Amino acid sequence: MADRSVLSSLLLLRRQIGYQNRLFRRTPIAAFFTLVFPLIFLVLFGALFDGIDVAPGLEVDAAQFYAPGLAVFAAVSATYTNIGIGVAIYRDEGVLKRIRGTPLPRWVYMGGVVGSGVSIAAAGVLIMLGVGFLLYGIEMDLGNVLPAAVTFVVGVASFALLGLALAAVAPSGQSAPALANATLLPVAFVSNVFISVRNDPPVWLDLLGDIFPLKAFADSFFAAFDPFEEGSAYKPWLLLRIGLWGLAGALVAAGKFRWEPSTGTGGGSQRSRRRGRR
Amino acid sequence: MSAVVVTDLARFYGDVRAVDGISFTVEEGEVFALLGPNGAGKSTVVEILEGHRTRDAGQVTVLGRDPGTAGQAYRDRIGIVLQETGIERELTVREALVHYGACYTRRRPVDEVLDLVGLGGLGDRRTHRLSGGQRRRVDLALGLIGEPDMLFLDEPTTGFDPSARRNAWEMIDGLRSLGTTVLLTSHYMDEVQVLADRVAVLVDGRIVAEGTPDELRGRADRETSIRCRFPGGDAASGRLTDLLGGLAGRVSLRDGVLEVRTEDPTADLHRLTTWAVDRGVGLDGLEVSRPTLEDVYLDLIGGQADG
Repeated sequence: MADRSVLSSLLLLRRQIGYQNRLFRRTPIAAFFTLVFPLIFLVLFGALFDGIDVAPGLEVDAAQFYAPGLAVFAAVSATYTNIGIGVAIYRDEGVLKRIRGTPLPRWVYMGGVVGSGVSIAAAGVLIMLGVGFLLYGIEMDLGNVLPAAVTFVVGVASFALLGLALAAVAPSGQSAPALANATLLPVAFVSNVFISVRNDPPVWLDLLGDIFPLKAFADSFFAAFDPFEEGSAYKPWLLLRIGLWGLAGALVAAGKFRWEPSTGTGGGSQRSRRRGRR
Repeated sequence: MSAVVVTDLARFYGDVRAVDGISFTVEEGEVFALLGPNGAGKSTVVEILEGHRTRDAGQVTVLGRDPGTAGQAYRDRIGIVLQETGIERELTVREALVHYGACYTRRRPVDEVLDLVGLGGLGDRRTHRLSGGQRRRVDLALGLIGEPDMLFLDEPTTGFDPSARRNAWEMIDGLRSLGTTVLLTSHYMDEVQVLADRVAVLVDGRIVAEGTPDELRGRADRETSIRCRFPGGDAASGRLTDLLGGLAGRVSLRDGVLEVRTEDPTADLHRLTTWAVDRGVGLDGLEVSRPTLEDVYLDLIGGQADG
């Protein structure tokens, strides 16, 4: 890599992000689950909680509480779930094997995957909040835009790295969706994403949520929307917890990432050898 | 300067000696073939040359560098066409070529590459709408897009029907005009005969023969094959020469078929038929022919071919 300048690598990275975004746009099922599915939740919750008085004397719609949580869910779907499944499938299809044979630096490939996940997550969050603002009257203090953005960046970067880790440990592209959902959905229910368990939850539920990074992401993001929040909307300890999970994801991805399809452990020769000796 | 120099290369998987001390060189602009049955170690050799697999012993130099340590700058100058590499189904052929082309510091114009591999009219088609043979052409196109000095082709026609193979051969033969050095693996002798300037035959991780395709079949050119179904069955194989008495050629019995490979067909045919007539035995399916290339290959690899 000595003869490729940093600038050209960055141009390559930008191109790689565009390429990943294009792959996403042309996979309708992924676009549906990432961008539309969380909106369906928003509409359903809107119908379920319609007219419920959240806090007596306060002019706040219930959407103020669940829209930020669903925005986090969309962001995590765009990173953790999409990356975990997508990369595992491309590995199975031999696309990663091809990429490994090109001069594309590996970090640029990874960076493209993460960067694309982050930009898709941004789209998901903006759509969710936009609909929330327009149709459900949620409100946000302008001063809280920056704290929310900081949480967003730390959160999606960490969950993107966790997505790479998921792809690294998933045995195959077929098992990756099950693995993604089995790890994400149960955690989501104790993480203030779908249902708020902020008011006197059972201790074990509280602790369970505290173990995983999703609750920290949801709580930190919600702080920017919380009408009862009196302190700063910056939650450094929550961000640290998210970041440590992201770091763990990066380490797993670095240690376990494979470029060859999981159907063959050692390339054609090994597989043929087994076939040949049968 | 030679494009590839391999000296005493070895690679073990546990106690399996997948590559067991081989040496060969490939000259610049040459089409060199590694020929051998499945599991002979061809892919392992190619993967070591590509820099994707470590070696346990020996020296390897490709384009003046050691692929084991050369990294990205080395990959910028080689093209790799492997088995079982996928193409993003979401992309059109042209998009894939543009995208992968951008990874290289040099690149051929996309339309030129499309014409080169015979995909001229299909640039805007999504890759998942291509036939298997067309997809293989895209593989080759992606291997050529970076204007490589050295191209690796791993079993380029495995799984093709005969007409698709012939088309692929024409295409690969067309690469000669580009002056690219090509190292291909194959388990088809006829393919190697058509495409390669020189061949190394690899069996169980060792090179058992090396030369031009014509040199390889040199011995066979002097021989004639006499074949028939043998009434004694395989059980008689140990006593064949006794039974048939003093044949000049090499006798083998496989799957109930007797074959005599001889440089003196007239005498040996006479001995065989005399033996049969004396005993009132019919020699079903008796034929006298020149050995095919495939026979030569089977001789070289000791009947291991399973492809």
